Amino acid sequence: MSTTVEHVACTFCGCVCDDIVVELEGSRIAGVRRACSVGRGMIDEYDAKLRRPLVRGREVDWEEAVEAAVTILDRADSPLIYGLSSSAVEAQRKAVELADRIGAIVDTTSSVCHGPTGLAMQAVGEVTCTLGEVRDRADLVVFWGCNPSASHPRHFGRFSLTAKGTHTPNGREDRTVYVVDVRPTGSSKQADHFLQVDVGTDFEVLTALRSLVKGNRLRSESIGGIPMPRLSDLAERMKACRYGVVFMGMGLTMSRGRHQNVGELFTLVAELNEHARFAVIPMRGHGNVAGADQVLTWSSGYPFAVSFARGYPQYGPGEFTAVDVLARGEADAALVVASDPVAHFPRRAAEHLERIPTIVLDPARSLTAGIAQVVFPTASYGIDASGTAYRMDNVPIPLRALLVSGRPTDEEILDRIIEAVK
Amino acid sequence: MLGVVGGRVYDPRNGSDGEIRDIWMKDGRVVSPEEVDRDRAEIVDAGDLVVMPGGVDIHSHIVGAKVNAGRKFRPEDHRGSERVRTGDFRSGSGHTVPSTHLTGYLYAEMGYTTVMEAATAPLVARHTHEELADVPIIDKGAFITMGNNHFLMSCIRDGRPDLARDYVAWLLKVSKGYAVKIVNPGGVENWKWGRNVGALDDEVIGFGVTPRQILDTLARVSDELGLPHAPHIHGINLGRSNSARTSIETMAGLDGLRAHFCHLQFLSYGKGKGSVHTSEAAAVAEAVNAHPNLTVDVGQLVFGSATTMTSDGPLQHNLHRTTGAKWINDDVEGETGGGIVPVFYKRTNPINAVMWLTGMELFLLIDDPWKVFLTTDHPNAGCFTSYPHVIKLLMDADYRAEVFAGIHARAREGSVLRDLKREYSLYEIAVITRAGPARALGLDRKGHLGVGADADIAIYQDMDDKAEMFARPRYVYKGGTLVARDGVVVADPPGRTFSVAPPYDPEVEKHVRKHFETTYTVSFENYAMSSQQLPHEEVIACG
Amino acid sequence: MGESLTLITGRTREQGIGMHKGKTSPDYRRATERAEMNADDMARLKIEEGGTVRLRTAGGEVELPAEKGTLPPGLVFVPLGAPANLLVEAETLGTGMPSFKGVDVTVEPV
Repeated sequence: MSTTVEHVACTFCGCVCDDIVVELEGSRIAGVRRACSVGRGMIDEYDAKLRRPLVRGREVDWEEAVEAAVTILDRADSPLIYGLSSSAVEAQRKAVELADRIGAIVDTTSSVCHGPTGLAMQAVGEVTCTLGEVRDRADLVVFWGCNPSASHPRHFGRFSLTAKGTHTPNGREDRTVYVVDVRPTGSSKQADHFLQVDVGTDFEVLTALRSLVKGNRLRSESIGGIPMPRLSDLAERMKACRYGVVFMGMGLTMSRGRHQNVGELFTLVAELNEHARFAVIPMRGHGNVAGADQVLTWSSGYPFAVSFARGYPQYGPGEFTAVDVLARGEADAALVVASDPVAHFPRRAAEHLERIPTIVLDPARSLTAGIAQVVFPTASYGIDASGTAYRMDNVPIPLRALLVSGRPTDEEILDRIIEAVK
Repeated sequence: MLGVVGGRVYDPRNGSDGEIRDIWMKDGRVVSPEEVDRDRAEIVDAGDLVVMPGGVDIHSHIVGAKVNAGRKFRPEDHRGSERVRTGDFRSGSGHTVPSTHLTGYLYAEMGYTTVMEAATAPLVARHTHEELADVPIIDKGAFITMGNNHFLMSCIRDGRPDLARDYVAWLLKVSKGYAVKIVNPGGVENWKWGRNVGALDDEVIGFGVTPRQILDTLARVSDELGLPHAPHIHGINLGRSNSARTSIETMAGLDGLRAHFCHLQFLSYGKGKGSVHTSEAAAVAEAVNAHPNLTVDVGQLVFGSATTMTSDGPLQHNLHRTTGAKWINDDVEGETGGGIVPVFYKRTNPINAVMWLTGMELFLLIDDPWKVFLTTDHPNAGCFTSYPHVIKLLMDADYRAEVFAGIHARAREGSVLRDLKREYSLYEIAVITRAGPARALGLDRKGHLGVGADADIAIYQDMDDKAEMFARPRYVYKGGTLVARDGVVVADPPGRTFSVAPPYDPEVEKHVRKHFETTYTVSFENYAMSSQQLPHEEVIACG
Repeated sequence: MGESLTLITGRTREQGIGMHKGKTSPDYRRATERAEMNADDMARLKIEEGGTVRLRTAGGEVELPAEKGTLPPGLVFVPLGAPANLLVEAETLGTGMPSFKGVDVTVEPV
């Protein structure tokens, strides 16, 4: 029997597109419509087969796996709980509760994504808006150090480039679009103006823009490889637009200057509100990384890099962030929820995960699962489990179970661990 | 079964002004003595103690998108204000913006058992409710912002009050809201064009409607739907030198309809010299006294650290420009916006000093305590943890005079506060912190200790220093469970969430669906929470 | 030997798609085990299209097939994945974020 499920949310990236159509034949996913090339695979390549948990590579029952996980956590003095961004709010809450209870460090993929953006926000604030405001109002859009055509393929069509809105009835024609990046990309090809900045000069370029917006004249012929007339032109357009929006990404957070780059951009955006309405939206990567920030913040006061070791939350980017804790060899056990640090961390940090007992909760066979002592093959939120994910603009979107697989959720496993460590 | 016996009971709704009475409780409610088997009941000796219903906060920003953004961008607020985890009680942090569990503990430890979250955009109501589920002990509800809602403004423009009524009912239902909230009607929409509104008859760009029409429509709709709480209004011109005049004009314009004006202190100023406004609390209080249809809460300023957060986007931009402090702004599609700016209120700052005395004057010049309620518009004018301090200011004229003497001389000049010797009684405190707000909220089982009331009780040791007395109740019961003793939480049962579900013509959904195609980037089906049950939800009847 | 250039790492669409097939799948490996370079740099360093280059940073060393990309001179791009992780140092300068972009890299043909 085939059924069609509409308004399905895809949790691959921070767009959390919730207009996906999934065709089901019995409990098998037979087709996915409207999803982008990257998101589609997350749904239609998903293997919902019930798998048993593993302890040191051996298949065991769930009870035994929970016991093994509890033993690891009981023996640890400095456990790290990491990941969370591809799980749902319900599981994120449990992960923080567990961290609180056992005095763990908890960090999310934010720290290797928009962690520096969080630091900038804490320094200077953040003038932002929801994605619908971009679609409806934005007549000037700047993509800075991000490449949505590769990372968020439907972003252009749904919100920021060709999308038509109340005050942008002609879509693309009603917008002036800039891309600022160190290299041409699929996104820069679609822009009206591409500013190719020299690697590591974003801060200087942003400072120059702030100065130009304030009406100063700069003597340099170019900044960061951008000729002054082109920068002046951008500054003038920024001041003259109706509603400008900057989308920013890893080009700023991962390069020299990190949070200072982002802080300079956020300050520029705030200052532009003297002339026009202006907003900035960080291009959040994982489907619910914004939710991970939210949950950790409402539970502890801080968005990432939190240690509960002293019995109360302490915030320490650089101290309690996963890469640092691992690279310095400080963690003596790890519990990784729905992320794959072995695949994405610098080698020196990832190696430490192989030296310490690691527990993995993941619907997929991640590389981290490959080195873990205990592996729980859990359900995937939005496919065979329901929950909530927060979009990049912090709008919460419900995730519904499309099929029944019998797999436990991250929340259920974490809850059993919490009950056992009580 | 539980009996609190021999206490001095302050239960204004049931006319008890410190009389010695016994209160009996069973299954979470107050019951008549006959229903209790005294031999088996646990007895609390309340001799020499002051017994009040649990506190009811009618306006506080404790959870949701804005509050959490405030937490996230203020690590400096949290350091030094941590709570250590003990047993099953969670750790937490935050002074002006405490984390969720800590918020529940702090309210309970102060004797408060019901708190209303003051502003939620429907688009992010799901977020609000997820956080509320992590606030233990206290019962709560969420006010839904509607004063800049596109669909509503279209209904007004098109002359469709019937559709507006059905839409409001639908919106409250799908967002699991409790009341209609209005913030700077029309001004937040205009802010998306870099503008604001300055008068009740200014035009909202793109809609051709006015703040006056929005207020009028939402007040009428709230009445027609029989909502338990009147529309909760943060008017236009907040913080400006014409705010008192505007507030008085807004009150008169409501034509006798029910309304609640929140944090009125921020809207009771007149023009002073330079940038320092004057308090026009006397004139505003007079207007409040003259309108039987109105209630207000004060939003008392407390010197010290605060985090201002409001849907009033243009106000926050202005505050950021004035103070230079870091600034968050968030424009929300089709609905509202908002901003956050940290501040530090100082006695030595003439503007802050005027704000402080404006709040005091409102408390002392509004005659009927059933019309004026204690709030600090937490965390805008001060933290909710300062309520005991504010109670002391109201009950102790000498202490108030002492504080008054220490504020900036420019603020003291010409202030009527020096002549106001009124002191609130314990009975009146019970009105402005319990019975009054509960009645204004239409929460029949809150704010009193009559038979059928929720067994929410705060028991205090009477002390001369009222701040100390109210900061650390001897016992706090929530639904008959002892939740705090000597100001320390001892149990954390989950609290309920109150919502309303007024009926509406389902035809409205067709119109809203169409509206979704042009205004929202989420699907209609993923916006509504109507099919979902909240944990511990209780629907309060309308009509 | 070799020349000092600047390495940036990042997501690609192919890497994102390959991920769902598993990070040990041929698709994912094909998507992540490659280095893009500027055509002029390749010519000067005598690196053929598809030829192997050795990339060396303070973090480590890898050999990858090189291909011409739309990159300005002086830049080398390696997609997010195992080879990139070998090249990125774990130092975060007190932020939690390693330098995934803007890494000094020595490039030489093998």
